[in-house]
Amino acid sequence: METITLTIDGRTITAAPGQSILEVAEANGIRIPTLCHLEGLSDVGACRLCIVEVAGQLVPSCTTQAVDGADIKTQTDTIKVHRRMILELLFAEGNHVCSFCASSGGCELQDLACELEMHSVTVPYSYPRNRIDATHPWFLIDRDRCVLCGRCVRTCAEVEGAHTWGFAERGSSARVITDLAADWGEAESCTSCGKCVEVCPTGAIVLKGASNAEMRKDSDLVARLTERRDHE
Amino acid sequence: MPHRLDVLVCSGAACVSNHTADVRDALQSAIEAHGLSTEVRLVETGCMGPCELGPILLVYPEGALYIRVTPDDANEIVEEHFLKGRPVQRLLWEDPAARRIAEEKKQVAFFERQEKVVLSNCGTIDPEDLQEYIATGGYEALGLALTERQPEELIQIVLDSKLRGRGGAGFPTGLKWQLAARAEGDEKYIVCNGDEGDPGAFMDRALLEGDPHAVIEGMTIAAYAIGAAKGFIYVRAEYPLAIRRLEIAIDQARASGLLGEDILETGFAFDVEIRIGAGAFVCGEETALIASIEGQRGMPRTRPPYPSDRGVFGQPTLINNVETWGNIRHIVLRGADWFRSIGTESSPGTKVFALSGKITNTGIVEVPMGTTLRELIDEIGGGIPDGKALKAVQTGGPSGGCIPAQHIDTPIDYESLKELGAFMGSGGVIVLDEDDCMVGIAKYFLEFSCDESCGKCVPCRVGTRTMLSILERITDGRGTLGDLEQLQMLADTIRSTSLCGLGQAAPSPVLSTMKHFREEYEEHVQTATCSAKRCKALIRYEIDRAACKACDLCRKACPVEAIEGTPGEPPYTIHESVCIQCGRCFDVCPFDAVRIESGKKKQNEVEG
Repeated sequence: METITLTIDGRTITAAPGQSILEVAEANGIRIPTLCHLEGLSDVGACRLCIVEVAGQLVPSCTTQAVDGADIKTQTDTIKVHRRMILELLFAEGNHVCSFCASSGGCELQDLACELEMHSVTVPYSYPRNRIDATHPWFLIDRDRCVLCGRCVRTCAEVEGAHTWGFAERGSSARVITDLAADWGEAESCTSCGKCVEVCPTGAIVLKGASNAEMRKDSDLVARLTERRDHE
Repeated sequence: MPHRLDVLVCSGAACVSNHTADVRDALQSAIEAHGLSTEVRLVETGCMGPCELGPILLVYPEGALYIRVTPDDANEIVEEHFLKGRPVQRLLWEDPAARRIAEEKKQVAFFERQEKVVLSNCGTIDPEDLQEYIATGGYEALGLALTERQPEELIQIVLDSKLRGRGGAGFPTGLKWQLAARAEGDEKYIVCNGDEGDPGAFMDRALLEGDPHAVIEGMTIAAYAIGAAKGFIYVRAEYPLAIRRLEIAIDQARASGLLGEDILETGFAFDVEIRIGAGAFVCGEETALIASIEGQRGMPRTRPPYPSDRGVFGQPTLINNVETWGNIRHIVLRGADWFRSIGTESSPGTKVFALSGKITNTGIVEVPMGTTLRELIDEIGGGIPDGKALKAVQTGGPSGGCIPAQHIDTPIDYESLKELGAFMGSGGVIVLDEDDCMVGIAKYFLEFSCDESCGKCVPCRVGTRTMLSILERITDGRGTLGDLEQLQMLADTIRSTSLCGLGQAAPSPVLSTMKHFREEYEEHVQTATCSAKRCKALIRYEIDRAACKACDLCRKACPVEAIEGTPGEPPYTIHESVCIQCGRCFDVCPFDAVRIESGKKKQNEVEG
């Protein structure tokens, strides 16, 4: 089998060609923080937390192919500063108040804050006030807790095939919508499969009735489903 | 029988807005009324350049150039000039620098100092008439390419010319062609990026409106060179005139065998389709533009793969900017050596610039690369009006930066602008004078980037919004020195980690002004003053008691009833707590009694 050899954080690693830097790192037990990436879905490089340094350039490891001879650094001081800033920006953009969130304790954003040692948010908060859509009988979305990672959008399109979720508006007004911005409960394309709930990394899309810190998600679901499909 | 006089009526977008159609109609009736229909021919052309002075008429054979013509002038022009041969002096261009009336177009420095290659037909031919385009050598390059050149030869000519992408980044065009030619795919596509969206940029519009066939010809030559059969011209919906003239040009080209199944009877097939953008600035980014052509949401994606490998519908795609396409026919016809003889070593050729802001001759100009900003602004642009001093030049729009006045002798090319923290961009040049606040300018451009961010990646979506809120704090007089540090940190993250070029460049206006005009930022945060007197929260309007004549104009003009006084009983007073600093009183006062004072609005004003 054809292989490539590259260096990650000084370690010499052999990998199969065509893999992303993130895949190679994960296969070799090297942790790179991610948020919009989810195994089983296509990668879009939106959150920018998985940035690594290749030949002096910062690139997202999820959408950059590992090539032979590459010298990759995943934990430089510069990278850490940028990752923390990006995380602060995410916290400042929404209302991520863990003490009132169903996902607290099972939230990827919260975990990242611990991992990246984000002790406080130094940038000004924007205090959004989006309407909570609880029109679906079983699920609800609190867009103030949404990080726009698009995992719901991709899961709905690539795994369920329903294409209920999509993006609307742009810039700081960008948001995820169901159908053509219909209330979720009125969205005819929704199959109510609930996969968007499982893949949402924060407390934005949750099960109705889940109280503070009660929501636990199964984000590996997509990887298991797609793996089984591949083996059919 | 040929006409005795050709009267070119500028029908560029600016002149159209200035009612050039009414002028044309008035001229037409005057010509008919004087029985000159067989002797005088009216031709509507694309943009002639000096947009500030429109509507413009150019009368040949003399080359007399009339400016700011109104329908009421039509009769006089026809009687005096067309009939009696005496050009109407009061309507001719008076060169402000030379203080003389230019009898002919070529005497005007604005035209004389330019070198028109791409815009050679703009303002001289009727863009809706294919015959006029052909008469100036149009489609000759295509004929040569299809019948006497191999595709590889054409790519080599473009490579040798060292033409660089005119959309802004300056990537070597020939290399793009070569990559697209070598890429493997079931089908290949040619794309023209006409999504010109920078504030202060209207170069592409001028070319699309003034010489649409030049763009089509360039694309067709490239299609033959890389083996593409289909092309898209992506134009923003805000350019309806460009879209209409392109539609006409495409129909004419198809009808004449210049587009379609069997171009020039060589068996080569190529056709183009117009795609109209829905108003997103980000669609000027090539991957977002391609997504938009495909009918997807216009959001950029990570490169590689580059469009030359995987572009429209996943197929190899060659995408160039409007002005780049406009250069192709000239390069094919006149050769790479000729092209390299214009401009500088690293940036050959000419560049079209859109001059705007505090400059006498607002409009479209084309100069060789390497022309200095001083030549561009003082000689061609006619300098800064009202005797004001130049402060800075903003180039490259929201992705660019401000070049301070001391660097005005910098020759313009891709590298020199980059060194100064600015950017060539597509060619917008906004001139700023002593009355402009650099913090306010930075805020203006950042606000644009923030609004136009697609929202996909975090640093651009949230970072620009956060920088903007800090800048708003500073221009409100609530900033701290720590804010400047935080702006720098945010700018670093946005620049280094954003997904696409637009995000990466979004902090540039702030970074370049912080670098060259740091003292203005410090003044805003340390003393809460704006010495340019532009930041609304940091100025007060006051009435000079001695100068006020109690004419009541200011009180009537005030939209919020902040001004108190009785006609004939000076002085009037402005209540600061009510005043919204709109400046209308300042504008209407005939005695200059309204003054703008620096200093923050008093918080607890006691109403008297």
